[in-house]
Amino acid sequence: MTTPHRRRLGARVSAVILALTVWVCGSFVSGSSTDEKRISIYSTVANYSLSITDRNGQGYVGLLEILDPLGTVRAKASRDRWKIRYNDVESDFATGKTRVRVHGNDFDLTAPFLLEGNRGLIPLSSLTLLLPRILGGPVTYHEASRRLFVGSVGVRFAAQINKTVPPSLVLNFSSPVNPTVATEPGKLRMTFKREPLVPLDTQNLSFDNKIITSAAYLEENGTAEITVNGSAPLFATFSNDGRTITIAPAPHLATQSPNQGVGSSTASPTESPNPNTSGTRRYFAVIDAAHGGDDRGATLDPQLAEKDVTLAFARRLQQELESRGMAAMLLRNNDTNLSQDQRASETNSIRPAIYICLHAAAEGTGVGLYSALLPSGDETRKTFTPWNRAQASYLAASQSAIKILRTEFDSNHVANHSFSASLKPLNNVTVPAIAVEVAPPQIGVSGFNSAEYQQLISASISMALSEARTNLEAAR
Amino acid sequence: MIPRHLLIGVIVLLAISLTMGVYVWRMRGHVVETQPMATNSKPVTPPVSGPTEQVTLYVADDDPGILRAQSFRIPLPEGRQQRAFELLRALLGIYLDKGSPHQLSAGSEVRDVYLVDPGIAVIDLNSAFANGHRSGVLVEELTVASLVQTLAANVPGLVRVKILVDGEERDTLAGHADLMNFYDVAAVGQMASQLQAAQ
Repeated sequence: MTTPHRRRLGARVSAVILALTVWVCGSFVSGSSTDEKRISIYSTVANYSLSITDRNGQGYVGLLEILDPLGTVRAKASRDRWKIRYNDVESDFATGKTRVRVHGNDFDLTAPFLLEGNRGLIPLSSLTLLLPRILGGPVTYHEASRRLFVGSVGVRFAAQINKTVPPSLVLNFSSPVNPTVATEPGKLRMTFKREPLVPLDTQNLSFDNKIITSAAYLEENGTAEITVNGSAPLFATFSNDGRTITIAPAPHLATQSPNQGVGSSTASPTESPNPNTSGTRRYFAVIDAAHGGDDRGATLDPQLAEKDVTLAFARRLQQELESRGMAAMLLRNNDTNLSQDQRASETNSIRPAIYICLHAAAEGTGVGLYSALLPSGDETRKTFTPWNRAQASYLAASQSAIKILRTEFDSNHVANHSFSASLKPLNNVTVPAIAVEVAPPQIGVSGFNSAEYQQLISASISMALSEARTNLEAAR
Repeated sequence: MIPRHLLIGVIVLLAISLTMGVYVWRMRGHVVETQPMATNSKPVTPPVSGPTEQVTLYVADDDPGILRAQSFRIPLPEGRQQRAFELLRALLGIYLDKGSPHQLSAGSEVRDVYLVDPGIAVIDLNSAFANGHRSGVLVEELTVASLVQTLAANVPGLVRVKILVDGEERDTLAGHADLMNFYDVAAVGQMASQLQAAQ
């Protein structure tokens, strides 16, 4: 073969290899991007989710994985037999067979039992046949969405629209919920991954309202979802210990004049209306539960993340402030990601009298109170204020508020210290801004869950802010 | 006819092969437990020797959350940059000691200190320092204040300090103390006074 021929052949072989590589990588990427099929199981003991294995066009799930969180379970595999004992109920399976024996009674599965390694797989379509016999109680299976309810564990909810100005949709749940909230223009989506939420009689609700128009309930791949549709950006707030979710137009819209058209609701933050507009709600405080979403904050103990403690304290503080007549808004009322710049921008557009950022630490005692540590600079000769010195004009007011807080903590015998800290987003906030870091009580990190401790800290902050209110309002 | 010595050689080789085979068969499935190499947390560069100098190090104390100015005698080299590096290395030596009032994780090191005119210092920490640092506003601020204030007290003319981790910018030290911005030495000085006043 001549050299040019060889080169041509070599080039073709390389092209084929490259194409094959691209195809293999492409199929791998596209395969991995598809959502994994899952089943969610809800019981009084635990709520959990398991992955589904596809065999012969049927969905299968490991029986041991289903039963393990629910009680004492032991399994033994020998050749083609698989025996499992759940509490006092013994079950016998044979690989490739549909006939099974549970507690001495024989019956047939809808598809053959499979044994892979020591893992016994049962078809999803047989769950309602098999589980009541093993568990000794009723189970309900939503086949299309793969959600399994063991016993009467369903969380019910009711929806009510308040035609106030601005309007709000109030969702009341029979148990506390903590969904993941996502917003997009004209839509607010709440995904319930762990809550055994059950649908209303009707899955679509229409409201006779121009701003909040409708809501829909949907179940899919082991999760439940409530989508609220509106003609304006919507915002969710939690109350009643997570039993109530109130959906309303986003705060900067809520402060608009009622006569203002919805079309202007997409105004940029710089065009946000004056919060002093009569007949609208003004927030005295914006409370920021630090961290959230992927940012867990400090690991206070293996089971307790800082982001959860800050949220609990933030909710308690909101209640305390509102009980004293000071309207307070939570920047984050669920486990969502919020960047430091988003926190500052949102606060700056709401323009509260004070911004309070809550942190929690694994060590130390009492509380730490922090104001911004600003780099030196001279604003007098500049047209624009640098973003990292935005707090400069409000620093004195922030430090005055901290002094009052320290006095209040002293009178409640809570150890405290204060200094400037390089802690974002304090530098970027254009209202008085403070950060509070709560250390665990004497009993340790578990004490963060104590209602008394949360109450002591929140009430102290609330009392102090009540005292500083006149000055803070005047500065606004 | 095969020569005798060749026959003996082949038999001996066969015997060795068989013995090795039996040995390998017996070893099959045995897991050899290898001891992981102990991590060497000691600094690679040798300590500076020679005459000692009296310096002030700002040492953090977690309980009750303060910064203490303490005098030490440590050997310091001639160069300005090398002196800054040795100062921070001495400070870290205190924190890495057992029973330190402000523990840092094992392996924490200052990789380098660069002094850039006019008045800028860049401290380059290693990833073990940041990744192993305890998370919290107070503990992180104490570390930053201690590093910056120690440099400021011993390197005249310092105005701003930047902290890098493994030569790169990082958002925060361990979730709280901001590392994206330069630290203003005057502002940290005020913060250090507040932390010292807490004594």
